[in-house]
Amino acid sequence: MSAIIVLLIGLAAMAAGYFVYSKFIAEKIYRLDPDFKTPAHEFEDGVDYVPTNRFVLWGHHFTSVAGAAPIVGPAIAVIWGWLPAFLWVVLGTIFFAGIHDAGAIWASVRNRAKSVGALTGDVVGKRARSIFMIVIFLVLLMVNAVFAVVISGLMMNFSSAVVPVWGAILVALVIGQLIYRRVLSLPMVSILGVVALYALIGIGPSVPIQMPAEVGGMSGNAIWILILFGYAAIASLLPVWMLLQPRDYINGLQLFIGLIVLYGAIVLLNPTMVAPMVNGNVPEGTPSLLPLLFVTIACGAISGFHGLVASGTTSKQLNKETDARFVGYFGAVGEGMLALAAILAATAGFASFADWEAMYTAFGQGGVNAFVEGGAFIIHNGLGLPEATAATLLTVMAALFAGTTMDTGLRLQRYIFQEWGEIYNQQWMKKPAAATLLAVGSCLVLAFGAGGADGSGGLIIWPLFGTTNQLLAGLTLLVITVMLVRLKRPMWFTLAPLCFLLVMTILALLIQLRSFWEQGNMFLLVLDIVVLIAAIMVAMECASALKRSRAEMARQEP
Amino acid sequence: MQDEPHNGQASRREKLRAWLDQARYFTEEVYSARYRGAIARARRDEDDLFMLLVFSEMMGLQNPAAYYTLELQPLLLERFHDWHQRMGMEHSPLDHFRCC
Repeated sequence: MSAIIVLLIGLAAMAAGYFVYSKFIAEKIYRLDPDFKTPAHEFEDGVDYVPTNRFVLWGHHFTSVAGAAPIVGPAIAVIWGWLPAFLWVVLGTIFFAGIHDAGAIWASVRNRAKSVGALTGDVVGKRARSIFMIVIFLVLLMVNAVFAVVISGLMMNFSSAVVPVWGAILVALVIGQLIYRRVLSLPMVSILGVVALYALIGIGPSVPIQMPAEVGGMSGNAIWILILFGYAAIASLLPVWMLLQPRDYINGLQLFIGLIVLYGAIVLLNPTMVAPMVNGNVPEGTPSLLPLLFVTIACGAISGFHGLVASGTTSKQLNKETDARFVGYFGAVGEGMLALAAILAATAGFASFADWEAMYTAFGQGGVNAFVEGGAFIIHNGLGLPEATAATLLTVMAALFAGTTMDTGLRLQRYIFQEWGEIYNQQWMKKPAAATLLAVGSCLVLAFGAGGADGSGGLIIWPLFGTTNQLLAGLTLLVITVMLVRLKRPMWFTLAPLCFLLVMTILALLIQLRSFWEQGNMFLLVLDIVVLIAAIMVAMECASALKRSRAEMARQEP
Repeated sequence: MQDEPHNGQASRREKLRAWLDQARYFTEEVYSARYRGAIARARRDEDDLFMLLVFSEMMGLQNPAAYYTLELQPLLLERFHDWHQRMGMEHSPLDHFRCC
């Protein structure tokens, strides 16, 4: 089957989702009101609350939520064939992610721009808020550990990308200074930054840096993981304008360029989907598609992380309430497009079925490597770029995404530790350096605990990350649903995705529990049990909160 | 007649300038939107410390540089109200001047 057809069907479906379904949801369910005074106007302070142009806000929202996860998840999930991954990404974006993201913005805007965490406390209850905090911490922990493993794998497999990936940090530092000191105007700096980054990508293949397979008794992967956490710890302590801000900006530009290049190459080359539509012959040890597919692809279909961004910063800057549809729903569509590109690269970017099969030898294999190699094949044949350069380009794209997520994740984790220091009155824990060390330490334990001493098998925890992320999404959907019940509006459009997510998450956790037990991996077993308990508590919270608010409504009726 | 191409050029230049202004506005907004709050807060924290230095003498804290900081007080008065509220004092802590 031609990749262009798959691409067009996917894009048309998502466009229909935006123009038809999101319009229905915005007008009939959330009833977005253009005259509602949003928190950005009500509390305008030039700091957090600033009414922002909706296109700018969309760019901000989209680049904040798009990362390596919508690449890694789909690229792992195509092991079951391209159709299941494609359907879940497209339908997930339309019926799950879009209404989740837009709903999180709406819920927050209607409640003085509070974050989902605070809203869970207000709308659902104190107990739910505690669960929420635990789930957030687990998500951050897993994100950081997983992404360190992903980047270290990329650094080991694509040595040509080492120079551009680390060079990009230098470029960001210089850009940060140029802007801070107002040396050049931003459009100028943007052009310079992009040119510098792509020049680095161009020279990357001629200066490969290969970490030795073993250094002082540790594997190359493990050394990279240590270096990455060292970097992330320093980066998360620096003032944001110095590194994080210019890095995110360059990343955002690069995301758009990368997407255009990849989509353009697919259209020009028109590759065939070499991977099977549904893989009837999955490698041994691959878990069952149902329910694992729905937690392997989290970002790209639905992700709780988006709710944090939507209610954390986006809602405070929303100019008009009706913008929530464009910013939230279309932001999710952007993420879906990235996931779609990842699926196409990992299934159509191979010369033959045998090549594809050689990549997907076991569950968790392939993944981001398949994305890079498949994508490079498409770009090389479609646009004529040398294959090494194309591979470097995509590696840099994936590694930079994962890297910025690590910076931000570690920073957020540090805040949580500092908050705990505050709550439990531990002076030392409130210090940034100590809190950062705790954050890094907990991530390292996970990265090495899950993957063994070489830290290479860490992608086993990917589905665990997915389940935790889906739990977070479930909590956000619960908040929205309870709000809808109280407003006496139809709740099925958010309740159905919520129930589906919870069932799939709990099933996936049970299946994983069994496989961790069989593997004798006690560390992951314990982690799985922790997440499972959280999942069951969330499910019970849902049942009781909905029952309570329906009873409240019924009492008010007569 | 001769002026026409010149005018066309001028209007084109104007259009280009307007377009560049637009580009600058959008890039700057995109660059700062995400971190505006974090940076403003960091700056405010620094300013808060400075406010404390300037007004310390009034609150009974010894300040050897008081002679010099006295001069700055009128300049900072505008921010004084926001500051004392942020510091958890609902009304002005100073007897001799009340801002609220």
